[in-house]
Amino acid sequence: MSTTGADHAVSTSIVVEARPEVAFEVFTAGMGSWWPADHHILQGELAEMVFEPRAGGGIYDRGTDGSECRWSRVLAYEPPDRVVISWDISTSWQLETDPARTSEVEVRFTAQGDGTTLVELEHRGLERHGEGWEGMRDAVGSPGGWQRGLQAFAGQLGAGD
Amino acid sequence: MLAYQERAFDALGDPTRRDIFERLVLRPKAVGELASEMPVSRPAVSQHLRVLKGAGLVTDRPAGNRRIYQVDPTGLSALRASLDHFWNQALASFKVAAEEIERESR
Repeated sequence: MSTTGADHAVSTSIVVEARPEVAFEVFTAGMGSWWPADHHILQGELAEMVFEPRAGGGIYDRGTDGSECRWSRVLAYEPPDRVVISWDISTSWQLETDPARTSEVEVRFTAQGDGTTLVELEHRGLERHGEGWEGMRDAVGSPGGWQRGLQAFAGQLGAGD
Repeated sequence: MLAYQERAFDALGDPTRRDIFERLVLRPKAVGELASEMPVSRPAVSQHLRVLKGAGLVTDRPAGNRRIYQVDPTGLSALRASLDHFWNQALASFKVAAEEIERESR
């Protein structure tokens, strides 16, 4: 596993002992089976994670109480080679509802010829989250800006108790 | 900018500091809280927090007679460092899951 990246992106890759079709399927439809359990933004207990397998679909967490949190849009779905999803999660790990303030994750699956698959992941456009926060400070005059800022601030205060 | 980011990555080179940073990614916490859940003394936690703050990874604010530390939400360095850690952890877990399905389907 190796990690490199430009200022506004994070890249990493890993070789898995599986065919691209299997790797792609597990990454997408099977996302709930490997996604780190402590990284859900749902308030309640997680029941399942649903990946809608098509461009224009979405990814959402469903809680045991029936609540849903759609935290990603599927931007490209090209089995078994490539998938691109949006990252609608803010820097404080909360749902980001403004698409202009979201980043995206591209994952490519390449057969290595020996039955293994190279999985390359790039999470890019991170500056959009940053600009969101800086822009928020600039937008003091706009009610939307303030409201958003105060909500984010209140969310962090609440989380700090 | 680059020097700043190198400092952020250097600061996370220490396993205890990385552990503290990851705990703060999940939730803002006070020094005492961190010290109580880790095998590290309170002064040592404070020292680590100073380094993380100097690297632009965390910020602090007063809350009564305590200080609450949290990952700096305006810091791109902090965002990159936390996502970098997140994806490496996630892909390692993904690898295990994919290889298990592959073995089962053979």
